[in-house]
Amino acid sequence: MKIAVPVQFVPDLVEELIVDAQGNRLDPYAIRWILNEFDDHAIEQAVILKEKGGADITVIAPDFEGADDALFAAAAKGADHLVKITADYDGGINAHALARLFAPILDGLKPDIILTGVQAHSSLDGSAGALLAETLGLPYVGYVSGIDAAGGKATVRKEYPGGLTAILDVTLPAVFGIQAAETPPRYVPITKVRQAMKTNQIDEESQDLDLSGGLEPARMYPPEVGQRAAMLEGDIDDVAEKIAAILSDQGIL
Amino acid sequence: MNNDIYVLIEHVRGQIADISYIMLAQANQLAPSTGGKVIALLLGQGAQGLASDLAADRVAYIDHPALAEFTGEATQRVLADILARETPRLVLMGDTTIGSDVAGMLSARLNLPLVSACRAIRVEAGCLAFTSQTCGGKMMADGVLPTGTTLVLMVPGAFKPDQGRAAKAPAVETLAAPDLGGLRVSLKQYNEPASEDVDITREAILVGVGRGIQREDNLELAQELAEALGGVVCATRPVVDQNWLPTTRLVGKSGKTVKPKVYIALGISGAPEHSESITGSEMIIAVNTDAAAPIFDMAKYGTTIDLLDLLPVLSEKVRQAKSG
Amino acid sequence: MPERIDFWGIPQPWGPILVYSIVMLAFLVMLVRFYRQASLWWRVGRPEKHWDQPLKRLLRVFNYSIVQVRVLGQRYPGVMHAALAWAYFVFFMGTALATINGHFFVFLEGSPYLAYKLILDLFTVFFLVGAVMAGYRRFVTRPSRLTLEPRFAWSLFFIVFIVLNGLLVESFRLAIQRPAWAAWSPAGWALAQLWIATGASEQALHGWHISAYFTHFLTVSALFITIPSSTLFHMFTGPLNAFFSDPDRPAGRLPAMPQNEKGEPVYADSLRKLTWKQLMESDACTECGRCQDACPAHAAGMVLSPKELMVAVRDSLHKDSPRLNGNGQAPALVGGAIPDAVVWSCTTCGACDAECPMLIEHVDLVVDMRRYLVSEGRVDNLLQDALSNLSRYGNSFGQSERARSKWSLPVQPKIKDARKEAVEYLWFVGDYASYNPALVEITRLTAEVFQRAGLDFGILYEAERNSGNDARRVGEEGLFEFLVEKNSAALAKCTFKAIVTTDPHTYNTLKNEYPADALGGRPVLHYTELLDDLVTSGKLVLQKKLGERVTYHDPCYLGRYNGVYAAPRRLLAAAGCELVEMPRHGPHALCCSAGGGRIWMEEGEVRERPSENRMREAAAMGSVKTFVVSCPKDIVMYRDAVKTTSLEDRLVVKDLIELVHEAM
Repeated sequence: MKIAVPVQFVPDLVEELIVDAQGNRLDPYAIRWILNEFDDHAIEQAVILKEKGGADITVIAPDFEGADDALFAAAAKGADHLVKITADYDGGINAHALARLFAPILDGLKPDIILTGVQAHSSLDGSAGALLAETLGLPYVGYVSGIDAAGGKATVRKEYPGGLTAILDVTLPAVFGIQAAETPPRYVPITKVRQAMKTNQIDEESQDLDLSGGLEPARMYPPEVGQRAAMLEGDIDDVAEKIAAILSDQGIL
Repeated sequence: MNNDIYVLIEHVRGQIADISYIMLAQANQLAPSTGGKVIALLLGQGAQGLASDLAADRVAYIDHPALAEFTGEATQRVLADILARETPRLVLMGDTTIGSDVAGMLSARLNLPLVSACRAIRVEAGCLAFTSQTCGGKMMADGVLPTGTTLVLMVPGAFKPDQGRAAKAPAVETLAAPDLGGLRVSLKQYNEPASEDVDITREAILVGVGRGIQREDNLELAQELAEALGGVVCATRPVVDQNWLPTTRLVGKSGKTVKPKVYIALGISGAPEHSESITGSEMIIAVNTDAAAPIFDMAKYGTTIDLLDLLPVLSEKVRQAKSG
Repeated sequence: MPERIDFWGIPQPWGPILVYSIVMLAFLVMLVRFYRQASLWWRVGRPEKHWDQPLKRLLRVFNYSIVQVRVLGQRYPGVMHAALAWAYFVFFMGTALATINGHFFVFLEGSPYLAYKLILDLFTVFFLVGAVMAGYRRFVTRPSRLTLEPRFAWSLFFIVFIVLNGLLVESFRLAIQRPAWAAWSPAGWALAQLWIATGASEQALHGWHISAYFTHFLTVSALFITIPSSTLFHMFTGPLNAFFSDPDRPAGRLPAMPQNEKGEPVYADSLRKLTWKQLMESDACTECGRCQDACPAHAAGMVLSPKELMVAVRDSLHKDSPRLNGNGQAPALVGGAIPDAVVWSCTTCGACDAECPMLIEHVDLVVDMRRYLVSEGRVDNLLQDALSNLSRYGNSFGQSERARSKWSLPVQPKIKDARKEAVEYLWFVGDYASYNPALVEITRLTAEVFQRAGLDFGILYEAERNSGNDARRVGEEGLFEFLVEKNSAALAKCTFKAIVTTDPHTYNTLKNEYPADALGGRPVLHYTELLDDLVTSGKLVLQKKLGERVTYHDPCYLGRYNGVYAAPRRLLAAAGCELVEMPRHGPHALCCSAGGGRIWMEEGEVRERPSENRMREAAAMGSVKTFVVSCPKDIVMYRDAVKTTSLEDRLVVKDLIELVHEAM
């Protein structure tokens, strides 16, 4: 079974987010890129499928800072082939552009299953996975948290609102937007990543970037502090007293 | 192109999601400016009854067995069929586990622009402007919606669901379903969530725990507070993913929406996936050591004292106040 | 004329022939059995060289296996064992001397002979005192750290029987011989009175003498044969381990990750991957349980017992040796005989290694197994997060590396940037001191103290990363190497004369494990060493005498691992504090349990936290008001413990730097 995992990078929220001088996008110099958390789950789900019944996994990433590390880490977990897409990313990236970047590679690869993170917190134009699926003419199910696949068919668990989940049957090939892998992403020790660096190679592909379909914002800004919470001051005892008093006023106590 | 605003109504097992009403409210506010009608798109099988309180000018109802339960593929085909004939100004869908699947597929199929995580659309200088949230709620983005049919994925913003409910049932027009043969996705069955656990949507006092609880052992501090208050513990996704609490306690995008009297948010950052499901709370008290956490934008009261230090003291004070 | 008569009273010539042939046969059997046990070590285990400096090693054998300094560290069992062991050394030498005297060179006559007899008899009495102590301990007191199984009782019985029997032989001879110098064998002579009193004939006494004699050498032969499979095997394995353990290795330096011929890492998934010395070590364990008593994890009620760990390795070696010897799949070590939880419970405090009379290195074994578990990804979620954070952000808190020096913003004047300017002291601050909001005040105080002491110091600002000490002890060797690379690269660009650090964990690894070219021979100091130096040389004067009654907790990585005990105490004295030592102080200090990455893991079920136990130990001393520490993790653990034990009105937890600051 062939599995492809296209991944993307998002700004690491641990770092301070700064808007650039023009005021309509994040300052690229302040951004520290991190592999999208949901894509990390997608890689894990692919490895789980490989462990369940054997698979050949290709991970594809745009050439952002840290892409090599992320790809080698995926190899250390069990990915078999690594592809990096170089392009001019200076103008930014969006879900539509990503879908266009991945489509030709996946067209050539013809995987049975494509797994990708269901969303990226930096996206303003939806899920790259859904866009990709339709571009390839493949079915798409998003918010998937479990997959079993055999003989041209997959059975997936999809999340529905209200804590409900459902089991769906999907004919392969198909694209799945991963919400969570069946088990949390495993730890891969640095020694193994370093070994992967020696034994694996990253194939590079160059492409043009097409951002149409997404929108460039006119302005980006931190949310207005307007209705900020009334911060309670004092030491632990003071604050606990105040909260108790507030609850009492609400009629809770 | 007409100036209508389409709203995709989300419903699962006979229940219409709040986001649908919120979108109707938003649509109704815009319609006068676009000069079009608000048309609710209701897909299902034998689901006409759900149209009764939709605040729309009219409901376009499509009935088909393949639409009995939601799947992205079937819904997307129906919408694609409609949009091949009609060219509304906007198509609003919920940025949910339902709407998000559909919107992406439609955008690629029909080459229509797509905006997601949208909190509000308003008229500005003769154009339609949008405000979306991004980066876990830490950044907002404003922009202008392109002219031409645009798909918008909406999240709860300023409108409340009641503003999208109609007192009088709207007119329902039944449309013919397109050919829905050869579907590659079908729903086999639902997984019933464990029913023995409490229903957090009915609780008046909720103590929510997030990543800031750090380890499973610390949960009992939250349990203590919940017990002292006569409430129940619920959690965000990271906590539930670790299996520290069952999924029945999950509050968020793929969990439950709650409307308690008091919601005490412990170690919760306030990222949209969770925060959009607690906006119905009467009062939120947030405890988070990060003073810049978005949760403080929706909480009424807050403190940066470490929850691990605060909880034992607070629980004690609550117990004292209740007994004394 | 007093002289030793060889084989007195024994029928010649067949008596001596019988004795020698049986004893030699027994000895040979013993050697064969010994070889079969010992060869498992090198047939199953990995090769490793432990041969350098043979004289130094022999000295260690003398120290630890003959004099047995560590055994003597505890009074009752120390005296008890010395009595039993030294007596046997003396008896063995006595027999050897007697054999030389009998066949090669006569010297046991006259005064030398009398001295010889006296010493042997005195040691017999000493032995019997020890035997009573041992019997009392094993059957009446029954301390929980011992393994109360019959095989130990049998060994005790055996060795006592032999000695009593020997005394009997002597007493029968003296009853017959009745020499004028009989009083030089006081114990034998006293017993001889009994036989004399019976009025038995000389013939009868001779008969008893011969019986006792043959019983004696037969039981000794039996002892020889059974030693390799009895609890007395440690008589050999102990000295062997003392010889083969490396004399110059600093306690705080872990062995590098072993590699095979292809340069691939070797992970301890089975006994085959342990070194022959580690396997030998497991055979050296006497199950005395001192390690267990000292272990904070065990005291907390966790599943780890260093003793049980060694026993598990030993038992597995003997039980699984056919499978281990063959080419097939070796049975799993951790996950098999040893549960994962045991391996993760260890705080790497080193108390077990320090206590062990056999010089067993438990911590090495735990880290080896952890390296394997990490390679397999068998790591709990919390630890996984910490490790991911360390590798990405250089700290375990998951905070941006750009925020590392935020604590220093209010400090005036601005602390020198060691990356840009030359400094005398490069202050390696450490993660906890930099990022933990509760500790930031203390870090600023430290900066103030350094400034007022007139020190020329600087910090690495954002270039500093976690030193890697605990990442290494958790078994993530690759992460450790990565952190060492990053820190070494940062240090290489700086000009400094010495490194000072406030964190003992940082101190330990920088001092003992960082590559020599990173430090370039420059010293690494803990702040207590540096300040003590300044105070002693008069460069820093502590004007106020605080007059507080304090107790001091020795951090594991400063005290036990690196021997820094005196400097902090001198500082306390210089600050005018009166120090009251806790019962477990110095090398016996009880670990706070944050080390070995434990602070990054799920706590799990504990009966009593070691940190709480320690608080109670301090509070029990009544007059002491301040609990002084000199490690940031100790502050975190103990400030928490003082709350959870409700001792806040009795004790205050302070860092030593706070007292120094007050006294300036």
